[in-house]
Order: sequence, then structure tokens, then C-alpha cells
Amino acid sequence: MSKVNYTSLEANSKGFYGLMGVLAAVILVALGAVYYMEHNGHWVTGMNNQIVWGLPHVFAIFLIVAASGALNVASIGTVFGKAIYKPLGRLSSLLALALLTGGLLVLVLDLGRPDRLIVAMTYYNFKSIFAWNIFLYTGFFGIVAVYIWFMMERKMNKYYKVAGYAAFVWRLILTTGTGSIFGFLVARSAYDAAIMAPLFIALSFSLGMACFILFLMATYKWSEKELGDAILRRLKNVLGIFVAAAFYFVLAYHLTNLYATEHHGFEAFLLTGPSGHTPLFWVGQILIGTVAPLLIFYTKMGESRSAIAVGSALVIIGGFAQFTTIIIGGQAYPMPIFPDYEVISSSFGDAAKYYAYTPSLPEIVLGIGGVAIAILIFVFGCAVLRFLPDSLADKVADPHYKAESSA
Amino acid sequence: MNKLLVILASMAVLLIGSTASAGSPKPLPNLDNVQGDKCVAPKEVIRVEHMEYIMHQRDETMHRGIRTSKHSLKGCINCHIVKGDDGKPVNFMDDRHFCNSCHEYAAVQMDCFQCHASTPTPGPVAAGK
Amino acid sequence: MSSKESNETNKSRRQFLGAAAATATMTVAPGVTVIGLAQAKPVDQAVSSKNRWGLLIDSNKCASGCDACVTACNTENGIEEIHGPETDPQWIRKVTLKHKASGRETSLPLMCQHCEHPPCVDVCPTGASFRREDGIVLVDRHTCIGCRYCMMACPYKARSFVHETLTQQVEYMPRGKGCVESCTLCVHRVDAGSGDPACVEACNKENHNAMMFGDLNDKYSDINQELRAYKTRELRADLNLNTGVRYRGI
Repeated sequence: MSKVNYTSLEANSKGFYGLMGVLAAVILVALGAVYYMEHNGHWVTGMNNQIVWGLPHVFAIFLIVAASGALNVASIGTVFGKAIYKPLGRLSSLLALALLTGGLLVLVLDLGRPDRLIVAMTYYNFKSIFAWNIFLYTGFFGIVAVYIWFMMERKMNKYYKVAGYAAFVWRLILTTGTGSIFGFLVARSAYDAAIMAPLFIALSFSLGMACFILFLMATYKWSEKELGDAILRRLKNVLGIFVAAAFYFVLAYHLTNLYATEHHGFEAFLLTGPSGHTPLFWVGQILIGTVAPLLIFYTKMGESRSAIAVGSALVIIGGFAQFTTIIIGGQAYPMPIFPDYEVISSSFGDAAKYYAYTPSLPEIVLGIGGVAIAILIFVFGCAVLRFLPDSLADKVADPHYKAESSA
Repeated sequence: MNKLLVILASMAVLLIGSTASAGSPKPLPNLDNVQGDKCVAPKEVIRVEHMEYIMHQRDETMHRGIRTSKHSLKGCINCHIVKGDDGKPVNFMDDRHFCNSCHEYAAVQMDCFQCHASTPTPGPVAAGK
Repeated sequence: MSSKESNETNKSRRQFLGAAAATATMTVAPGVTVIGLAQAKPVDQAVSSKNRWGLLIDSNKCASGCDACVTACNTENGIEEIHGPETDPQWIRKVTLKHKASGRETSLPLMCQHCEHPPCVDVCPTGASFRREDGIVLVDRHTCIGCRYCMMACPYKARSFVHETLTQQVEYMPRGKGCVESCTLCVHRVDAGSGDPACVEACNKENHNAMMFGDLNDKYSDINQELRAYKTRELRADLNLNTGVRYRGI
């Protein structure tokens, strides 16, 4: 394994400006959607007094969770000392910052009063996990920025391990905080479960890794740099483990719920119910997001690059379906306010079997805008600083590379 | 690289620059629209400090239920009434509204009246007299 | 004394007190019960934990089909119908229930339960959701950023989000787009000592007398006496929130 040279992305090509232009246009349209929603108020969205968090929150939490997981590769290199991942540390950190920025912007721009962001920064209720998250997110930015600096600056290079450890611990806490947003909600059947925290951590691992693989492949393809099979296969093997780990927590969560009679209503609603969340769970989360990628990664298919890309994309689609069922499905099932009674009528929808939600176009555009911001920051970062190893060909990247073994 | 920076800078200008407004200068506000003889503090004090007074009173009322009217927004509204052409008090959509006339002139944005009534309205109960 | 009589007496006492409260003297009160009902506090005095305001709702007396309390609340607080029930705020709603075992039908009003340990207050990132010393749970709209986490947390779905620009607010109840809101127990009335919340007043006016407002801490208050005499129920008692609103008949 030879010494790694880092380069920046070639920023003079038409393709680069074209991509930046498209992303900027998407972001401008998303800002227009935000203006439309904020000017009119949330009644123009699909959200209402029953489904109070909608598609923007699915996008935001997806991006925030994936951001934490995108740091995986850097952590495996720094904390667990796996040499093959070390050259990717910078890129993995950059992706983490980019995804987090995208997610947070979507979250903030959906607030009822986004103009009061300064209030969120100056008034704190420390019993609120939301308030803690504000510190966890800003702290993540700071720590990862320092981590990148230490990796890039030769003089600080000797400290980068410390920064890497700090970032690793911090992101575990951060995702615990994100999962606990739901875990701490005592009133609802779908939430109020400590397992939300480890579930979100496992999800962050799988989604972050899937995002990283796709970003890595796209970046190396478009910048015409070499990306060897060795590293990709390692990454997809790890991704497979993470997908299985996330599924384990899903299994534990549902088995526990299925055991307790008080949760049978919610489980019946999600697993067999009449709403769109049932196919989202079985087809989206389980089939597309779990079974299919595992089949791809651990059979002969996993040797093909395009299959690895497809598998990663499926994990992302499955993750999206999963967050939809967690965030929106969890609200869609009515709360048990009167356990001994059946609600016959109510002006506030208490008698509903479940609450329907259809996202409006501006919500969808806002969510996509968050993704565009993440991509834009990633590409821009790659263009201005040296994030990219010049080559990730097997002979450069793979510590176990033997010339004769390559067929 | 320079080209890139120019593009990004122009994007930023596009995003931020839309708030600036052009137009003729606002007329000087009329600050003498008041019922009774004087304000709760001398003019030069209240001009500078009214925000502090109102903010302090806001927290006292909201969190501790103290409903004295001396420094309350309601106190301002009930006293500084500007009557419109129909003889009724104008609301903050009107340029002549007491708060609005000055804030427009000084170009200081306030969001009080997104929630608070900007005219004295008698309610179903005589609360907080 | 039948409860109807009792309520009639209370009404006249309250009317009397409405006048008496203005002078803010207790010496005019002819008896201990009356002191118990005295609600006025001087305007410059802070509320204190000596009081705990609450409601007692008797679903046996609540007439099915009657929504006088809802109408009164909307009128009192300037809540209008705008874009339909899915997005319009509802601080109080009528719910009709059927007992799963016996099939008995009953109806009751449901609103913010003014918990002693409110989940909405726990989760609010800015502290905009708060519980006043006297037990009333409120939203400080000055610091509410509209994140709706409190709506996720409330076990009673008592909170509404303002989904559009409002223009017809009443002077004592400022409300606006992008903030969350809920029942205030008519806090402007409580502070002014001007009687029951609008819903209770309307229920009494209909002669249903299904709702009673008062100080749970005051052992001479009617509501305290009722709580002593009869078994009442907290909604979602399993959550141990010690609600300020109690129910009878369910």
C-alpha cells in the first residue's frame, strides 16, 4: 500500500458547473416552496393537527441519521485502525457535514416560526431532548470540522486520532438523541421505547454507509479516478452487517409490541392495517430495504459494481420507507385516551381508525431541496479542498494487495 | 476557481438581496396621538426604552400572571388611539397607526401584531382592567 | 342539598363575589365557603402555588349533542372556522364514548388536562410550553418556534397548531400563525377574578352544570369538596401526570 495523495475535484469542467447549476436551481425552487408554506401557513401542506410532523421531517431525520452514519468509514479507519478505510476519512467526514446541514435546514425551514431560530438558540429547556439535540448537532459540526482539519493539516496530524475518537463518541450520542426524540414520547403506542435509540444508531450505520458508497462511486466515476473493487467489496460487506443489525432492532421492537396486549392495536394497524403504512413496511422497509440488499450483497451479485450501487440505493429507499412508517405511521394510529371506551364521535378525529396524510408538493420539494443542499455542499467541498484520494485502485488502497492475485 | 466564487457570490446575493425595498421616504410620524395628558415615561425615555418595558411586562404577565397595565402593550394600544376616516381606531395595517407610523419611519420590524390586537377591542369579559 | 341547588347557590355567590372581588377584601365574606370561592388577586401580584386551578367534569350531566362549551370557548378566545376541522384549532372538543363492556354511551368535553407533570412542557425545546405556579399549562407564543413537538407529546391531543394568518384576535387572547396553542382555562378570567372559564359558564347557562371550575388546593372550594365526596378519574392515569382536570361518570 503506497502513500495516498489527495486532490480536489476538477472544478472547471462544464459538467461541474452544470451540476452546481442544477443543484442551485433545485434549492431555489425549494426556497420558493418554503416561502409559499410559511407565507400561507401550514394549512397548504398535508400536515394538520393530527399528523403534525410530515414528509419534511422524514427527509430531515433521514438526512440527520444518515449524516451520523456517514462518519462510519472515518471511524472504522481512525478508531478501529483499519488501514483500508483511512484514505476515506476526509471524504466520510465531509459527507457527514453535508448531510447534517441538509437535514437541519429542512427541519428548521418547516418550523411554524423559522424567523425565531434565534429563540431556539437562546432559550433552553434542558429537560427537552430537542434542546439537547441543538447542542449535539452544533457540536457535531465543530468536532467533525476539527477532525477534518487535523487529518488535512500535517502539523496537527498527530492529534487526529483524538479528534476521531471524539467524533465517534459524539455521533453515537447524537443519534441516541435523535432516536430519543421518539423514545421519550410517553403517550403514543408507537414510541415510548428505549429501543428507539439503538435502532436509530443501527439505522444511521446502514443509511450512512449506503449514502457513502453511492457518493463515493459517483464522485470517482464522474471525476474519472480509479476506484478499486477491494474497497467497494469491503464497504458493501460492512453495509450488509449494518442492514442486518438494523433489522434485528426492528424485530426486537415489534416482537416486544406483539407480546404486550396494549400495543396490539398499533401492531395490527402497521402490520396488517388498511393504511399505506402496511405496504411501506412490508414492501418498502422489509423487502426492498432489508431482504433485497442482503441477497445482493451476500450472493454472487455482490461482486458486480452496479449491483452494489443498486443494493445501496435499495437500502436508502428502505430507510426512507422506515422513517415514514416510524414518523408518520406512529402518528397515524390514534392515541388511547379512553382505554375502556370506544370513541363514537368527535370533532377532532378521535373516532378515526387512523389518520391519513398526503404530502403536498411544497413539502416534497422542500425535502428534495435538503438533499440538493447536502449534495451541493459535498461537491463544493470536494472542489475547494483536497478530500479525494487521487486513486483508490486496489494496489493503492488495499493493504493486502498482491500483484499476482489480481485476475 | 475565481469563476466558481463569482457564481457562488451571485447566488448568495440573489438569495439575500430580495428583501431590500425601494420607495419614497416615509413621512415623519405624529407622536402626539394620545388620550390623556402624558405617557408613562418622558418622551425621550420611552422612545429608547419602550421595548424593554414591554418585553419585561410581557414575561411578567405571561409567566407570573401580573397584569398591571402601566408597561403593557395593551396599555399602549388603549391610550395611543389614532382614529381613521370612519372615526374608528385604525389597526396596524394603516400607516397612521401609532406604533406603525414610527416603526415604518425607523424601518424597525416588529411582530407584536401578528398575534396581538392592534386596536382597543372590548371583549366579552372586562379582563385585566 | 341536591347538586342542582348547590350550583344555583354557587352561581349567586359568584355573582356576589364578582362585585366583592373588585374591592379585594375578604372581610365582606359571610362564611368560610365564600372565602374558598374568592378568586381575585391584586393585578400586581404574581400567581402562586397556593392555588391549583382545575376542572371537574361530570359526564353523567353532559348532554350528548350539546356543544355549548365548544361554542363559548371559540367565541371567548376568538377561534374561528377557517380551513376546516383538520387544521382549525380546537381547544375543547366534545367526544361521544361507548363503554366497551356495557355498551353505555356517554359524552364529555375534552381539553388540556393541565397536568402537574405535563409532557408538553418536558419536551418543549425553548421552554415556551410552561406550567404556571397556579397549575395552568400555557404556551408562551413569544418563544414558541412552532416545532410541534408538544403536539407529539400530549397524551390528550389537546394542542392545536395555528395553520394560517389570523387577523381577528381578541385583545386579551393574542394568537397567531405558526405557534401551538391550547386551553388556557380562560387565564384572563382567572387573573381578573371574573368567574368561571367560558366553557363552564356556558354549560351552567344551559342548566347542564356538567363542568365545575375551582381551586383544587382550597379545601373549602366546591371542586375540592366534590373530589373528596366522589370518586373521580384522571384520563391516562397510567402516565401519572396528576391532571388538573378530573372526570366523573366514566
